[in-house]
Amino acid sequence: MIQMQQLRFGYPQSQFRLNIPDLIIKEAEKVAVIGPSGCGKTTLLNLISGILIPDQGTLNSCGINLKTLNDSQRRAYRISRIGFVFQEFELIDYLNVHENILLPYFINGILHLDQCVQDRARELAASMQIDQYFQARIDQISQGERQRVAICRALLPQPQILLADEPTGNLDPANKRLIRDLLIEHTARTKATLIMVTHDDRLLDQFERTIDIERFHEVVETA
Amino acid sequence: MNGILRLTFRYLAYNRLKTVILILCVSLALLLPVLLQFGVAQFEQDLLARARATPLVAGAKGSRFDLALQSMYFSRAELEPTTMQAVETIQETGYALPIPLSLRFTAQGAPIVGTTLDYFDFRKLVVAEGTGLRRLGDCVIGADIAQKQQLKPGDRLMSDPLNVFDLSGNYPLKMRVVGILGKAGSPDDNAVFVDLKTEWIISGIGHGHQTVDSETSKDLLLKRDGQRVVANAAVPQFNEVTDENLASFHFHGQAETFPISSILLVPSNEKSEVLLLGIYDAKNATLQLIRPTEIVKELLQMVFRVKQLFDMNTLLVSVSVGLLLALIFLLSLRLRKRERQTMFQLGCSRSTIWKLQLSEIIFILGTSLIIVLGMAAVFRVYAYQMMRFLFIE
Repeated sequence: MIQMQQLRFGYPQSQFRLNIPDLIIKEAEKVAVIGPSGCGKTTLLNLISGILIPDQGTLNSCGINLKTLNDSQRRAYRISRIGFVFQEFELIDYLNVHENILLPYFINGILHLDQCVQDRARELAASMQIDQYFQARIDQISQGERQRVAICRALLPQPQILLADEPTGNLDPANKRLIRDLLIEHTARTKATLIMVTHDDRLLDQFERTIDIERFHEVVETA
Repeated sequence: MNGILRLTFRYLAYNRLKTVILILCVSLALLLPVLLQFGVAQFEQDLLARARATPLVAGAKGSRFDLALQSMYFSRAELEPTTMQAVETIQETGYALPIPLSLRFTAQGAPIVGTTLDYFDFRKLVVAEGTGLRRLGDCVIGADIAQKQQLKPGDRLMSDPLNVFDLSGNYPLKMRVVGILGKAGSPDDNAVFVDLKTEWIISGIGHGHQTVDSETSKDLLLKRDGQRVVANAAVPQFNEVTDENLASFHFHGQAETFPISSILLVPSNEKSEVLLLGIYDAKNATLQLIRPTEIVKELLQMVFRVKQLFDMNTLLVSVSVGLLLALIFLLSLRLRKRERQTMFQLGCSRSTIWKLQLSEIIFILGTSLIIVLGMAAVFRVYAYQMMRFLFIE
């Protein structure tokens, strides 16, 4: 599913370098990414999603060499094959719960909003127990419910890869486990690959594999 | 609904106060120059149309603007009166048809225009209801005043006293409405037309009262000298001309000395017009002869100068409003940076991100434009009345 070889990446005018000699994440695998702050966890997710382009090496995802894609193709790849869940939820405050879930269908013409999608959105919301808030504003629901809305948004286009960047960081312990379980449950159901960044060791037990990104992190001296 | 439109409407609705303020700001900034342009164009068109239909105007020397505006628009102005002698003098030249106008009084606020029947032919005014002027005390009224005062032929219309505290001055005359003019789209629609003699009765030059003779009570007499009697002010005057008292109305003095405000001249041909202008161009002439088109053009020059000041002011206001709007949109861009970043991460196309921002601006500008066009359309309907109110009355 995701294959990285001799991948090197660094931000301009920064000492940060990511050097991944070889990393393979299989289809439908549930992977936790751990490591201290600033070691490159989010950078890894951005590389997999095509937001960042590696300086060297190869990065294949879903059978596509991401380095060969132009900006427009990378955006199309992202909206159709990648689902994103963020620590801060990143919901749109002027849209209601229903519209936030449908957001990917409003922002890129590659996805077509039809009745089937609408039904799927309702089913997802029901499975996350937020369907009663379908028409509610974002500021009318709790933090845990907001993250469930964000997960619905990420899952609605049926992505092959779900990237979750510390999705439990702002939640209480009960909600942390609930969100993790929902992510694992839904990706298992759709056979999607789950890559979740976390700082919380207590959440790792349900993942098939843990990648410590620290081992790929380098600090180089700059002139 | 298209995704971009949905997001735009949701954003604008969510920030409705900001949206309304922005729309109002843009609308007001656009409205002033648009309305001013419409107004001045309408003003120019109306003034010039009336002026072109009025070849020459004669009147006592004084303000040319007052003379032109009063003769064409019946505006209130303290013109030095001239006399019927001037009308006869012009008539004798044979160069033009003189149409005297006497404009000193009002009825229910509408100007009373004392004139001759030639005026109706000259202005191509037709009686839509009732008849034309038939006898002393009759009036024919314009379509607007008839509608405003709910008057119809057979009704009575009282002239307004010039000064209610002046007991020795003129008395109001109850006039008989005999006709309603068809709508002309001109100041004639809001005027009360009477025969010159009726106007002189209103002014007190002519009057009607009970017969005074040797049989009359001595309380009503000032002097009795044999068969000759002189009545005093106690003799009651008629305030309405009726078929019964019509014969008692009479004038004191010579008709050629009776006052009029101005004279409309309809020259026989261009040569006659030039000759007439030549006659009254002399320094010792008691009358001045003006071409209304020239006066109106001078007036418009003044209006355009004022408009230029408005235009300059509008330009500065528009620039400052534009800069403020740009600032607001820049701040909005900054505020929505995180939203754009999220959309980018989700895979939003580059064009969609900019379309989202632009559609907000387009919606605000478009809505403002619709408001301005709507108001301009309404203004165009009432432009004539508004400009007349602002510049003539």
